[in-house]
Amino acid sequence: MATQAADFQSLSRRYTADKPFRAFIQKALSGYYRKRDENKANFQDWQGARDLAAETKYEAVNHLDKYLLEFEEKITARGAKVFWAPNAEAARDYILKVARENNVRSIIKSKTMTSEEIHLNDALEKQGFGVFESDLGEYIVQLRKEAPFHLVFPAMHLTRGQISDLFQKELGSEATDEPEKLTMIAREVMRRKYCEADMGISGTNFAVAETGMISITENEGNARLTTSLPKIHVALLGIEKVLPRLEDLSLFLPMLATAGAGQTMTCYNTMYAGPRQPGEPDGPEQMHVVLLDNRRTELLADAEQRDALGCIRCGACLNVCPIFKNVGGYSYGTTYGGPIGSVITPHLRGLKDWKHLSAASSLCGACTEACPVKIDLHHHLLQNRRNGAKAAPNAVEKFTFGGFSVMMGRPGLYRLAVGLGRIFQPLQGLVNGTILDPLKAWTGSRRFPKLAQKSFHEQWKKERGGKR
Amino acid sequence: MNGGRAIILNRIREALRNNPAPRPHTSHSQTEASAHQNGHAQREWLPKVGTTLPEQIDLFAKISEGLKTEFHRVPTAESAREVLAKLAAESGWKKIATHSHHDTDLLLEGFSLPIVRTEKGYAIDDIESCDAGVTGCEVLVAQTGGIMVSVQSAGGRALSVLPPHHVVIARTSQMVPDLTAAFDHVKRKYGKSFPSFMGFITGPSRTGDIERILVLGAHGPKRLTVLLVD
Amino acid sequence: MRISLFVPCFVDQLYPNVAWSVVRVLEGLGHEVVFPESQSCCGQPPFNSGYWDEARSAARVTMKAFRDAEVVVGPSGSCVTMIKVFYPDLFKGEPDELEARELAAKTHEFSSFLVNVLGVTDVGAKFDGKVTFHDGCHGLRELGIKSEPRTLLSHVKGLELVEMAEAETCCGFGGTFAVKYAPISTAMDEVKCASILETGAGTVVSNDSSCLMQIRGMLEKEGSAIRSLHLAEILASK
Repeated sequence: MATQAADFQSLSRRYTADKPFRAFIQKALSGYYRKRDENKANFQDWQGARDLAAETKYEAVNHLDKYLLEFEEKITARGAKVFWAPNAEAARDYILKVARENNVRSIIKSKTMTSEEIHLNDALEKQGFGVFESDLGEYIVQLRKEAPFHLVFPAMHLTRGQISDLFQKELGSEATDEPEKLTMIAREVMRRKYCEADMGISGTNFAVAETGMISITENEGNARLTTSLPKIHVALLGIEKVLPRLEDLSLFLPMLATAGAGQTMTCYNTMYAGPRQPGEPDGPEQMHVVLLDNRRTELLADAEQRDALGCIRCGACLNVCPIFKNVGGYSYGTTYGGPIGSVITPHLRGLKDWKHLSAASSLCGACTEACPVKIDLHHHLLQNRRNGAKAAPNAVEKFTFGGFSVMMGRPGLYRLAVGLGRIFQPLQGLVNGTILDPLKAWTGSRRFPKLAQKSFHEQWKKERGGKR
Repeated sequence: MNGGRAIILNRIREALRNNPAPRPHTSHSQTEASAHQNGHAQREWLPKVGTTLPEQIDLFAKISEGLKTEFHRVPTAESAREVLAKLAAESGWKKIATHSHHDTDLLLEGFSLPIVRTEKGYAIDDIESCDAGVTGCEVLVAQTGGIMVSVQSAGGRALSVLPPHHVVIARTSQMVPDLTAAFDHVKRKYGKSFPSFMGFITGPSRTGDIERILVLGAHGPKRLTVLLVD
Repeated sequence: MRISLFVPCFVDQLYPNVAWSVVRVLEGLGHEVVFPESQSCCGQPPFNSGYWDEARSAARVTMKAFRDAEVVVGPSGSCVTMIKVFYPDLFKGEPDELEARELAAKTHEFSSFLVNVLGVTDVGAKFDGKVTFHDGCHGLRELGIKSEPRTLLSHVKGLELVEMAEAETCCGFGGTFAVKYAPISTAMDEVKCASILETGAGTVVSNDSSCLMQIRGMLEKEGSAIRSLHLAEILASK
């Protein structure tokens, strides 16, 4: 088994065994469900909104070159620089270059999963730049030297006690079990950083082609501060984030807030159209927009799964996924977890090494139901399984299923197999639950049913014999 | 200079050439909706907003208060000044920041505390040490209970987010029904010369990052006051 | 009507009583039920694991068995989904694509057939006790079945229906997922069983035997007295 697949098995085993942890995650999400449903109910027609959102993203993704070029033209006209990064290394190198050329010493960041994807912080720190995560959740996991647990809620897996211990240890602050006090501790630390940083790095939720703007959605205000005070602003985004028109935001901002956080609107939704313009009292002198491919064009080329590029990174699919809720964000072992991560990671990082994420699903479809842009998530998991079986078939499985379909086509063989099953079942009973039990994966936690004395086929033949 | 521009564009074009993706399964006819709403299809599905100004003001008041915005409807500029003076006294303000603007100038006539202004540039620490930032706004959005700010209407980027208390002065004529109307407004007003910063503020700063428990004042202002003058 | 019975392979081998219950209900309503004996498996196991060639071989046996059927009814949301939703995908571009689509169009899940095709909501059943209903994911999300089982249960004399909080949450079966990712499957089963226990119901009912196998498997292992029955068995009880 590939290491990544084995890692997933052992991590998911560890996390599913931790019942208090699972209960904590469930509790953390329960408030979100209630508020999400309230906000959905406020829409005149949530399903209609999803349809329109899906169609808008379809338009954007299927004309990606057109909209990216329009975006570039409009934002560069106001003095922004646009850098097209074919891969992670190119993006990192460009940002490093900007930092070096401008004698940057301290960098402040607002939340961007794309920067996690390209391991930007590591690269910056290795080159001697101080990097501070300003989003509270990101700041917390940064101090713990951990990756974010969830697309939208990076520290949802931590208790206030753990956070208090962390702040005590790393910041020398007083112990407290009040979330408000803990937040204020972080607020004070960050205020200095905003005021002193030379460069602010942000993500981007949407890039508007029509007006050449990037739009950032947040609740804390840290992205606004990251992009207001430092003299350089670097905005990082995947190429698929582009939207055709400014007014598309009037649909996407409320949908992102509702699906992602159970809010009507998040606190701050800000559009940046370039660096400080002549006559403006503040704002960065330089704005650099880094457009990242990093194999997104490979997903684009897969027409069957292209809609996955419409993802607005709301996290709604993670929030409803029973696998995610029971294994947690770290089991996935890669930047993007949950259903969307399971769908796209084989495309972004290789099918062979990552197809197991598509197998680790019961295909319940809750993700597809939750997705505000109607990505056909659970069917894409099936397609990844098919693609994976073609590209790298598991010899045992292929043999087994080959035999299976032969058997299903030959009633005689089928009856023989069942007959054998009936003979061996009592034997299984003897080793049930032990190391010799072939059904151990099942019987460890569940009773396995007895084969019926006579199958329905046999009973029907006996009772209704002659009738077809 | 442009890095992998040609590479990426080529990849995109190759990926899309003769390779159509299935359209999303939708159950609603978007063309119908679009035509019906003057091309603003989203209005058919987004939360309803009342058509009259009093309805919109009521909706705005209700939603913004639910978000812990301190909303004051006042009949005159004079009454707005009284509310502000009371706020300053109760909160123990020592110094505030603002920008030059018709509405803020009117509001701050006779205001006794020291005022830092942003429009000609400013030192960050001067603003950072203010107790409140007073700004105008572009519009108020009834549908979301939020306000829209921009460089011009809010004195730059930092004034409305750095001081711990943000006070907005607005007129009822600035109320618009929804986000679509807000975007229409800025497009009409700024045409092709958009400010480098504009956006929506929907309540005081908040976070749920610790056990999903709501805390106000994460990084942005802990308090947001909206003074709406007739 | 002449109804061709579709019996999923594990109903055939493990729960034949479920199939007999379907027969009793349909015959009780005055219809003729026939059972094409050459059917075996819809092909879902290889399909779900990505082996679509092998799935097609098994599916072709099913298509042949029901070639002359007027209408096909099966007591399983997941197997009916395989035919109705996935056969068209599976046979896209194949020479027998049309036949696959035709079979998809004429196949129905049992509760959906009763309510939406026959227009029947009361089959004259009687079952005393508090019951909670588990929505099998395929039936719920692929076939849109939510109200039909509840409508049918609401007309069963003596039956009190209570909803569990996690009615729509996956039980964790998912086919080979249940053994390949057993710890996760078990965790999901625990969530489901806890939700069932919370309702105080004496019986959990579903329209999918695979879900019932998963749920019953854990309830029995935990020594619970809660019974697990298929919707058809409830509807057939007098």
